[in-house]
Amino acid sequence: MVLKIFFPQCCNKADSGLLVGRWIPGQNSAVVLAVIHYPFIPGQVKQYIHQMRGQSGVDLTVLGSWSMPKEGQEGMESFLRDLSTIFPQGQWLQLSREMGKIGFRCHVLTRDPNGKLIQQEKELKEDGGGEKGGKGGEGKKGGTKRGGGENKVEGEEGGGEKDKVIFIHYEQRKVMLSQLHPIENGVPDPQTESQLPQVFGTVCQSEPLFFLDKYDDGPVKMTHWQSEGREGSIIVELMKQASTPVCLLTTWILTLWTSLCSSRILNVRPMRFISSKLSTCVQLSYRTEHLQTVCSPTRATAHNHFMRKANIFVSFFVDVSLGLLLVSWMYRENRIGKLADTLVPAADYVAKELEELLQWLMGAPAGLKMNRALDQVLGRFFLYHIHLWISYIHLMSPFVEMILWYVGLSACLGLTFALSLLSDITALLTFHIYCFYVYGARLYCMTVYGLSSLWRLFRGKKWNVLRQRVDSCSYDLDQLFIGTLLFTILLFLLPTTALYYLVFTLLRLVVVMFQGVLHLSVDFINSFPLFAMGLRLFRSYRLAEGVKFRVLCEEPGTPLHLMMDINPLKVSSVVQTYRTPTYSCYPKDSWLALCKKLFLGELIYPWKHKTTKID
Amino acid sequence: MQNGDQHYSMEDETYTDIDGKAISLECQSHSGFCREFTVSSAKVSIGRVMAYTCAVWLSAYIIFFVTENTAVLSSAIIITLVGMMVHIHFVKVDHETLLIIGSLGVQVSSSYASGRESTDFIEMGKIKDIVINEAIHMVRKIKDIVINEAIHMQTVIYYLCILLKDPSDPEAVSSVVPLFQSSKPRLNCLVKVYKSCQEILAKC
Repeated sequence: MVLKIFFPQCCNKADSGLLVGRWIPGQNSAVVLAVIHYPFIPGQVKQYIHQMRGQSGVDLTVLGSWSMPKEGQEGMESFLRDLSTIFPQGQWLQLSREMGKIGFRCHVLTRDPNGKLIQQEKELKEDGGGEKGGKGGEGKKGGTKRGGGENKVEGEEGGGEKDKVIFIHYEQRKVMLSQLHPIENGVPDPQTESQLPQVFGTVCQSEPLFFLDKYDDGPVKMTHWQSEGREGSIIVELMKQASTPVCLLTTWILTLWTSLCSSRILNVRPMRFISSKLSTCVQLSYRTEHLQTVCSPTRATAHNHFMRKANIFVSFFVDVSLGLLLVSWMYRENRIGKLADTLVPAADYVAKELEELLQWLMGAPAGLKMNRALDQVLGRFFLYHIHLWISYIHLMSPFVEMILWYVGLSACLGLTFALSLLSDITALLTFHIYCFYVYGARLYCMTVYGLSSLWRLFRGKKWNVLRQRVDSCSYDLDQLFIGTLLFTILLFLLPTTALYYLVFTLLRLVVVMFQGVLHLSVDFINSFPLFAMGLRLFRSYRLAEGVKFRVLCEEPGTPLHLMMDINPLKVSSVVQTYRTPTYSCYPKDSWLALCKKLFLGELIYPWKHKTTKID
Repeated sequence: MQNGDQHYSMEDETYTDIDGKAISLECQSHSGFCREFTVSSAKVSIGRVMAYTCAVWLSAYIIFFVTENTAVLSSAIIITLVGMMVHIHFVKVDHETLLIIGSLGVQVSSSYASGRESTDFIEMGKIKDIVINEAIHMVRKIKDIVINEAIHMQTVIYYLCILLKDPSDPEAVSSVVPLFQSSKPRLNCLVKVYKSCQEILAKC
């Protein structure tokens, strides 16, 4: 197998020293993490590495030596070879680079079973016959893929098998911060795990190694991505300090709130029923749960938990700020008062329109001839209902403004609350339409069932409840007589009931559509992973789908050099992976089942609330 | 520079894709075990762009002449621009590249006309083999504008694909990744690429 060496870009210009890193078992690869510079005491180096191994959990070792001789520092070859005796390894890498040249050289020394060192040359010779053929069909491509210029020939000599080396350059900071997807849960078996997750995992877990920078007075002097000085931001540190007491306080308040909500007074049957129907209460409980997740004082260690917390926090923050914006806009210039003033006239208008509709139905709607008596009965029944409803609205009208003013303040808790509130107000104001729909549907349903049963009687059959099928049955003469009579009556009354049912179902569906749109937008705001999306747009290296390789232009006689870049996750995958699970609102029935229910007159509740998924 | 990688391209053969349009193949050998193959399709032709633009704008002018509404003209302009941007950014593939690095993996990338590149890297541990597969391709050709008839033809085409291993069963094939989907080169081109890849896979 080819030997692969993952070399960090920050160490390209490092002074000579020892290479520290990890061998990946089974893949014949080595990940270089840092370079320890001269002068050093080997005992201290070994001690330091042992300490780091314990702290990080990564199997760190000294991989070999790195030499980039400056002027007047030639002739270190034998010194470097002697180093390998101090740090006994299975394979010892000797990487070297000359000033002014781009390529690296690599010698590998292996220890044979007797403990003797064998040197294997991994230098490759130049192939003199490398001819560059012209490219066909198109001009030169832009530089990014090939690094501009030509790549050098790596020919192989015909005689003998030579092992080969690939240098893979990676940017240490980006690889350390990045997370490979799909995310494996649990600890994978190191033997079967593929190479890239192991490389990423090694760099990520070696964070303790990168704490020493070149200004520290430590036992060793190293070069890695943070050796110019540790990165930090004062705002982040301040927030970290402030977050613990804030989290504790919020958790305490939330426990108080949840204990209050689950107290016995508020848990009586009717209250529970109402609160499960009102979407504002549902949203409130949902947000409480979210806040409990975010404000838990334990740090999130796994990537999934961290992203979940961050997403919830950001979406809550955006939600609240949008809500505050809305509140400030509505309460300025007393817009809320104006809204309350238009609410009662709007209800009046709706009632008037309904009355006109009923008058139309009681006449000859669309030229159809209704059954006069039934028509009048149903029409008057519904008209009386509307009259009652309007009276109640007028009774409440002095209090509407005050109620709306205080309830509107709850929009401070977030835009989702404002939307759920709107949905609830709509539901309350159109309650009479819901009642009419239920009456019409029940009447129609009874008619249809009666008709189907009497139709069977008409044909001499019966529904066998035990066997759940239609059986033949011999009826008496008077049974047949009454059955036929009732069948005729119901049949001729069917158009009237069907028409009322149709009209009120359409009205109900309009209201349901409107509420559905509101619920969908609430759901969207709740579940959309804003933090993950922001990360994907501005720090795309943190969410990695994979890697991409680019061949770097090199000089003759040097091994193959590749640049490993991070391939960011696709936007659709980001949304799919990091979506916060919610009580999603989706239609309970498919379209076909819905149409069937409508035809039969069964009551439809198209939007079903799922309880929150827990994973 | 005299010491370049070995480029092979075009030699005496001209390659075409399955529809008969000319494509070009470029092979670059970076080292003994690292090779890169690029198949480039024909570029966006100026004639077709002009024909499309003229057609859209002519119809927009006719509609404007009938309805006297200037929104028609501005919407035609917007449609043309947006359509062209979407086409070169999402639809038109300029060249497709296969980079095979022995014992590391295979990288497949498509580069679109606007410069966008979409890359995918498959590790060597997951690859079972690279093969040429046969497939039945449904082609619809308009036989004659006078007759105005669409004839459905089925042709057998060859495509190069990577077989991936199933993690639970090393002998089974879990999925197939087809290569060069947009350029669709013919068998002669595929055989060349196939032979090169097999050399490298055999070594490592």
